[in-house]
Amino acid sequence: MSKQYETVIGLEVHVELATKTKIFCSCSTEFGGAPNTHTCPVCTGMPGSLPVLNKQVVEYALAVGLAANCQINQNCKFDRKNYFYPDNPQNYQISQLYLPICHDGYVEIDTAAGKKKIGIHEIHMEEDAGKLIHDEWEDCSLVDFNRSGVPLIEIVSEPDMRSADEVIAYLEKLRLIIQYLGASDCKLQEGSMRADVNLSVREAGASQFGTRTEMKNLNSFKAIARAIEGERKRQIELIEDGKAVVQETRRWDDNKESSHAMRSKEDAKDYRYFPDPDLPPISISDEWIQSIKEKQPELRTEKMARYQEEYSLSEYDADIITGSKHMADIFEQVTAICQKPKEAANWLMVEGMRLLKEHEMEMENMTFSAENLAKLIVLVDNGTINRTVAKEVFEQIFLNDIDPEHYVEEKGLKVVSDEGALKSAIEAILAANPQSALDYRNGKEKAMGFLVGQTMRSMKGKADPGAVNRILKELLG
Amino acid sequence: MTASEILSLTAVQLGKKIKEGEVTSPEAVKAVLGQIKAMEPELNSYVTIDEEGALKQAEEIQKRIESGELTGPLAGVPAAVKDNICMEGLKTTCSSKILSDFVPTYNAKAVENLKQAGAVIIGKTNMDEFAMGSTTETSAFGVTRNPWNPEHVPGGSSGGSCAAVAAAECFFALGSDTGGSIRQPASFCGVTGLKPTYGTISRYGLIAYGSSLDQIGPVAKDVTDCAAILEVLASHDGMDSTSVQREDYEFTRYLTGEVKGLKVGIPADYMGEGLDPEVKEAVLKAAKVLEEKGAVVETFDLGMVEYAIPAYYVIASAEASSNLSRFDGVKYGYRAKEYTGLHGMYKKSRSEGFGPEVKRRIMLGSFVLSSGYYDAYYLKALKTKALIKKAFDEAFSKYDVILGPAAPTTAPRLGESLSDPLKMYLGDIYTISVNLAGLPGLSVPFGTDEKGLPIGVQLIADCFQEKNILRAGFAVEQSRTYEMPSLAAKAMREKEEK
Amino acid sequence: MAHIIDDETIEYVGILAKLELDDAEKEAAKKDMGRMLDYIDKLNELDTDGVEPMSHVFPVYNVFREDVVINGDDRDQILKNAPESKDGAFKVPKTVE
Repeated sequence: MSKQYETVIGLEVHVELATKTKIFCSCSTEFGGAPNTHTCPVCTGMPGSLPVLNKQVVEYALAVGLAANCQINQNCKFDRKNYFYPDNPQNYQISQLYLPICHDGYVEIDTAAGKKKIGIHEIHMEEDAGKLIHDEWEDCSLVDFNRSGVPLIEIVSEPDMRSADEVIAYLEKLRLIIQYLGASDCKLQEGSMRADVNLSVREAGASQFGTRTEMKNLNSFKAIARAIEGERKRQIELIEDGKAVVQETRRWDDNKESSHAMRSKEDAKDYRYFPDPDLPPISISDEWIQSIKEKQPELRTEKMARYQEEYSLSEYDADIITGSKHMADIFEQVTAICQKPKEAANWLMVEGMRLLKEHEMEMENMTFSAENLAKLIVLVDNGTINRTVAKEVFEQIFLNDIDPEHYVEEKGLKVVSDEGALKSAIEAILAANPQSALDYRNGKEKAMGFLVGQTMRSMKGKADPGAVNRILKELLG
Repeated sequence: MTASEILSLTAVQLGKKIKEGEVTSPEAVKAVLGQIKAMEPELNSYVTIDEEGALKQAEEIQKRIESGELTGPLAGVPAAVKDNICMEGLKTTCSSKILSDFVPTYNAKAVENLKQAGAVIIGKTNMDEFAMGSTTETSAFGVTRNPWNPEHVPGGSSGGSCAAVAAAECFFALGSDTGGSIRQPASFCGVTGLKPTYGTISRYGLIAYGSSLDQIGPVAKDVTDCAAILEVLASHDGMDSTSVQREDYEFTRYLTGEVKGLKVGIPADYMGEGLDPEVKEAVLKAAKVLEEKGAVVETFDLGMVEYAIPAYYVIASAEASSNLSRFDGVKYGYRAKEYTGLHGMYKKSRSEGFGPEVKRRIMLGSFVLSSGYYDAYYLKALKTKALIKKAFDEAFSKYDVILGPAAPTTAPRLGESLSDPLKMYLGDIYTISVNLAGLPGLSVPFGTDEKGLPIGVQLIADCFQEKNILRAGFAVEQSRTYEMPSLAAKAMREKEEK
Repeated sequence: MAHIIDDETIEYVGILAKLELDDAEKEAAKKDMGRMLDYIDKLNELDTDGVEPMSHVFPVYNVFREDVVINGDDRDQILKNAPESKDGAFKVPKTVE
């Protein structure tokens, strides 16, 4: 009989902070841009250049640490991590080893077995590396330092997770906290949130951890789940074959659904950390911590409660709407304009979610203006258009951010409110469908639905379904 | 004024004469360029001489002086800059093959401040490669010779700057001092060199050797010049996080000659074994001068002296190993012609680009930081540094100024030092602890030995107390007049006669 | 205690420091490093128990910059000294296998 194994997982999550400038120089952090157009002597490691710390980085790191229930190192400092690689312009990365800004925190996740605390070992601040572009034509690599020096926090968890589901729940929880704080947009695909998975397996009930590996290059939740499953299997197979798991860093290839060791003779993994002599230490006063706490924006749980209280949303609706900071932001903007929270919530949750799924988009890609959705809600509410037409209009807003008023006018989608025109259309439908009329009179309620549908079709959907029902009943009465 | 009359002036004297219209900046530049032409074949003080640029600058500055826009004491005065301090558009090599073609696109803050004051920058001076050395013999561009005797070294690492000032190849120069690199060559070349309190002059644009120890400072003909130059260079710079906001930025006001009641301590541990008797005698004579002017001089035990050098070599080498890792053939500087793969490119470029002394220190620094050794070496050295600082704190609770030698001997002969690196390192014994504790130190020429080589005495003050060493230095200096090496004087006379 | 630096150590330090030494240089480096470490051992004479390691000499804290974009596109300047460049980027030997 095969043995039972337990998977032990810890995460190192890198998050790019939403500052305007880099961590140690006044270059823009804006995404994109032609190679090396957001660079200066500091972030390209020019001789004689020196780093100066961006205060906002410390504030964001503190905010995340406090929201994740961390202790704060009120005296913290930066260290240099020394290694050679072309995306690392100084050949050392300024990071924190000895005194990271936050330590010993936790976040709570929901699991099938109930709530569970995932410990946070530490959070430290560091600089991002540049980007390497591989040039197939010349068989060389090209270095772009636009991302070099973009501020990161690295959130190191305790090895508290036992399954891919827990990992995903933890990541989603972190993402929500950080998005709500405004500290990062946490987009996995664009790399503003990146997770490295430390994984080991052990026989169920064992008290010692097994040898762990570190998995890199995971840029979607799906990839993370697949990589965890793949690595778990690989390690169990090794153990069952009587082989040892090697402590190493592996790179996940999501297309091949397999990983390979990133090893090199030239890669000594001896980072020779020492305190950076160019950067004085940071002293974080109680007052500073207090002011960060006071400035903390409304987090998800508070928002959920408020939505139920203030807008009378159901717990279910509030949960879904606050499931993304971006969605909650749109919801609040729309509600502020049209004062119809339930309508706003419905559109976002039903049609919005449906279209996101259909187009395989992330929540953050929902970029239409709140004003247009608010206008749509008003158009439905005052009967200018009916719900069927409104769905079509919503799709246009969702995809092309059109102005619904113009769109409805242009396409002639307004409800036909001319009673005479409606009545003659219905008379024509009844004349063409005598059997259905007879069925209804004989008590077949279903026939009514058919007749309404026929009428709506002939009116190209622009009729008010209520009026159609009423007139039909009158004529068949 | 004749060229030799101009060249005999100090920087402040020249600045005054330019302002008064007795001489123009372009005339001063031409005099200096003439002297450079005469001296360089013998001395090699410069790596780069910017003849054209200097004349152009001088003409512009002269106009701005005449229009009343530039009024500072250094306006129009020709100066030189050590080749580890970045200057936009001018090659900055650190006297290393690895940076032999590097032309910065930015100015060091110190250069910026000099330019703003209207100084005319003539060129970049030779140095020990990456400031690692005490003789200016480790330069990739040849040794610099001592103007007092070309068979001897000028000291280092700011040997080019000190030789250039001594030989009137400029009126003053910028140096940098990590373990004595301004004060020791100043003493060997008979010029005045000041290493200010750490953080006084911005390090932005100074190519780092040991970041926690490096400090730019002036090399000049006398204490008055050093104080005036320091006033121009010192500033709080937002681009250097270790730059300090000082309470005082005025230094020339302390040049009064008044030392009555000044408490001067001579560390007994600086005056014992290993110190050349002639240097010792000069220190005691300088003490006498101060005493005669009313200072109170005492001998005391400083302590910790013998631990400064080992602590320094751990800290400086560790920082250097990290600071110099950016020289990799990717972004600037030398890239090997033949290599296999990325790591091959790194190794070949660095091995071909760095000289032996630099490699020695990078290796040592990488080792002391490597896994398993950090606590035993680096942390131990940082603790030692704390104890050294404490020893100075105690000393400065009793004394305003510490007086001692700048170096154990006068300038050694060329080639004598490099054969035994450890012995060379020991020559920094009186200067190194000043860097570890962040203190200001001033080297003032005080006579010559029997071979005719200059002797320098060193004055050390507590952090931010430059005023005390300027006061004492000025008083010491008043007992003698500035001497120019005969070689330089001869070159001037010969030109004149032609 | 005299430090003996072996070939392996020199090899390892060479990997860390990205320096390639020929045999003569290696021998010299072994000797130099051993001598320096012997000398540095002098620090062991000192009792440093309870001494706080000092990395910065002055008690200066919290040197910050405000989060304001000042630098613009300076690419031509940044690439000016590059040994090799292409399409606005620094060109290096291939970094992946």
